[in-house]
Amino acid sequence: MKRSLTRWGWLFTGPTVLAFMIGFVVPFVLGVYLSFTRFTTVTKSKWVGLANYKGVFSDATFLHSLWYTAAFTIVTTVLINVIAFVVAYLLIKTFRGTNIFRSVFFMPNLIGGIVLGYIWMLLLNGILGYWARSITYSGSYGFWGMVILMCWQQVGYMMVIYIAGLQSIPTDLFESAEVDGASRRQTLFNITIPLVMPSITVCTFLTITNGFKLFDQNLALTNGAPSRMSELLALNIYNTFYGRTGFEGVGQAKAVIFLLIVAALAMLQNRLTRSKETLS
Amino acid sequence: MNKHKILTSVAAGLVALSLTGTLAACGSGDSDKGSDGSVYYLNFKPEQASDWEALAADYTAETGVNVTVQTAASGTYETTLKSEMAKSEAPTLFQVNGPVGLQTWKDYASDLSDTSIYEHLSDQSIALTNDEGAPVAIPYAMETYGLIYNKALLDKYFALPDAAITSIDQLTSFDALKKVAEGIQADKDELGVSGAFTSAGFDSSSDWRFKTHLANLPLYYEYKDDNIVGQPATIKGTYLPQYKNIFDLYINNATVEPSSLSGKTIEDANSEFALGQAVFYQNGTWAYNDIKGQSVSDEDLGMLPIYIGAPGEENQGLTTGSENYWVINNEASEADQQATKDFLDWVITSDTGRDAIANTMGFVTPFDTFADYQSSNPLVLADAAYQEAGKTSVTWNFTTMPSEEWKNGVGQALLQYAQGTGEWDAVKTAFVDGWATEYELTNANG
Repeated sequence: MKRSLTRWGWLFTGPTVLAFMIGFVVPFVLGVYLSFTRFTTVTKSKWVGLANYKGVFSDATFLHSLWYTAAFTIVTTVLINVIAFVVAYLLIKTFRGTNIFRSVFFMPNLIGGIVLGYIWMLLLNGILGYWARSITYSGSYGFWGMVILMCWQQVGYMMVIYIAGLQSIPTDLFESAEVDGASRRQTLFNITIPLVMPSITVCTFLTITNGFKLFDQNLALTNGAPSRMSELLALNIYNTFYGRTGFEGVGQAKAVIFLLIVAALAMLQNRLTRSKETLS
Repeated sequence: MNKHKILTSVAAGLVALSLTGTLAACGSGDSDKGSDGSVYYLNFKPEQASDWEALAADYTAETGVNVTVQTAASGTYETTLKSEMAKSEAPTLFQVNGPVGLQTWKDYASDLSDTSIYEHLSDQSIALTNDEGAPVAIPYAMETYGLIYNKALLDKYFALPDAAITSIDQLTSFDALKKVAEGIQADKDELGVSGAFTSAGFDSSSDWRFKTHLANLPLYYEYKDDNIVGQPATIKGTYLPQYKNIFDLYINNATVEPSSLSGKTIEDANSEFALGQAVFYQNGTWAYNDIKGQSVSDEDLGMLPIYIGAPGEENQGLTTGSENYWVINNEASEADQQATKDFLDWVITSDTGRDAIANTMGFVTPFDTFADYQSSNPLVLADAAYQEAGKTSVTWNFTTMPSEEWKNGVGQALLQYAQGTGEWDAVKTAFVDGWATEYELTNANG
């Protein structure tokens, strides 16, 4: 058996490895290389060293996008997780139609980001039209518009994870808590939340990375308007790469920095919430 | 054991097959390419996408040379071009929008001095040249913009007892335009319109009308005063007060509140004009296709110069130029380059080609082969009338604007000013200081 694995293993892993090389490894290496060059098309490039990285930090729009994205990620991470947990908490109780409610909450996830963005643009502009304004009126309009959109889209998904986590808690724990006379509040904070910590880890990881990576919804809802005030990092990188002639390398350098930031944050967060898991 | 062996070989065969399948799919583009070369045209104008495809099919039917036409979606031409040029089957023919666009693509532009499209130019000086002085980009469509107006509605206004002027012939200055626009706005209910001007939308589909086309006018007069040709490193913004006047006129006498402008699109402006809800609409000859066939009949379509209150503007004509330059990719094979030149020669000399360009697509071309082809587009005819009357056409100086980023800066400052969240000073800063910064940045990076 082992012999046939070594003999034939490549045959089955081969296509996936090849696809992974073509789809991820090669573009990644090429992308890092291009961040040190000046180019118009990716096939013709000239080495310029760290010049592009210098360009990144002298670009005010990048710094604005950086803190705007950070604020956006913090707000959405908190809101989505709290709402998703509350919804999940309500929907694990058995009553008629729980499944319908769960499906309804999950459904926004099945719609693509661009479509969602346009739908919400119409909805929000329809409402704001009452005051003769629109979602692109100012950066903070766009900010809250995107927060609403993101919550609407992701609460259902996180809810499913929380439901799974809540359902995996053995019921005898709740029973014994009740026998011991614990209040509902005590049960929630001392039993339920510590025991769903693995779900919290997964959900915060997903919401933080989603917040940082958000692109389609941003593009469709505001496209960074007005004055690039509602431009999240991913869109900023895209606009630098495609929108500014001669700045392709700077865009590429931004992308590398972006990768480092997201990777560092995701690892830090994972370590923090994991440590809570082992404690409980 | 035997069965096992059969199974593994079948599996191996399947995987191998699927792999070769994908690999073969990558290279299948080469199979239909003839030895005579082929043409791949990356078209810039979505309005004419199907017209170009039809023309390409006619050429293939006539000569057997394969012509592929791809059209980039509106507003994504540079993006598409960037990724298409990196492919092994890159466009053999593409477009740049002027000297600044050519700067980006100069490494890919081949010398066109021996081509028929250069030889047939009525005025060869309008071709863009490279550093060595060889023509590398040839304009193929001359376009005109100004204030499109609805003659029927304007006549209705002239008939009012308190009309400031009573005939279109008197509308030759900013002051007259201002009086008319404000008069229409005041009597909009009586005239049955929602406003004098269509909405000055700042959605990305529409904001170029102000940050590029309207900004051309203060630039034109400044260049004229200072005898500037080409791209200056800095500008003074001498005519910014006039720019403010015309912009104020647009936003204060329009179909919508200024605070709602950020979300208004070109479709909004188009429909407002096409349905007769507004009298004036700043756009160009290309807008005819979107306006025609609705409430405004062809006879009622006219175009006025954009008056901003600059000295001597009574003699100002419409704003005419080109943003459509053909460039042949010098990285393409010799055969493909030759095929592309032959195709373009056919387009501007054959009856089929000329008919498609002049009548179907409605372009006014700078080639001498089009003498017998006159456009039926009333907006093009309006331009011809102004030129015949001896008015001086305003040139397209926006092709010298330093970068897209500069235009965006101006556009965003204009929007902030319009919706009341910013001051006019920000427009000045974006216009004058932004020019210097962007000029420096783009030339350092060029």
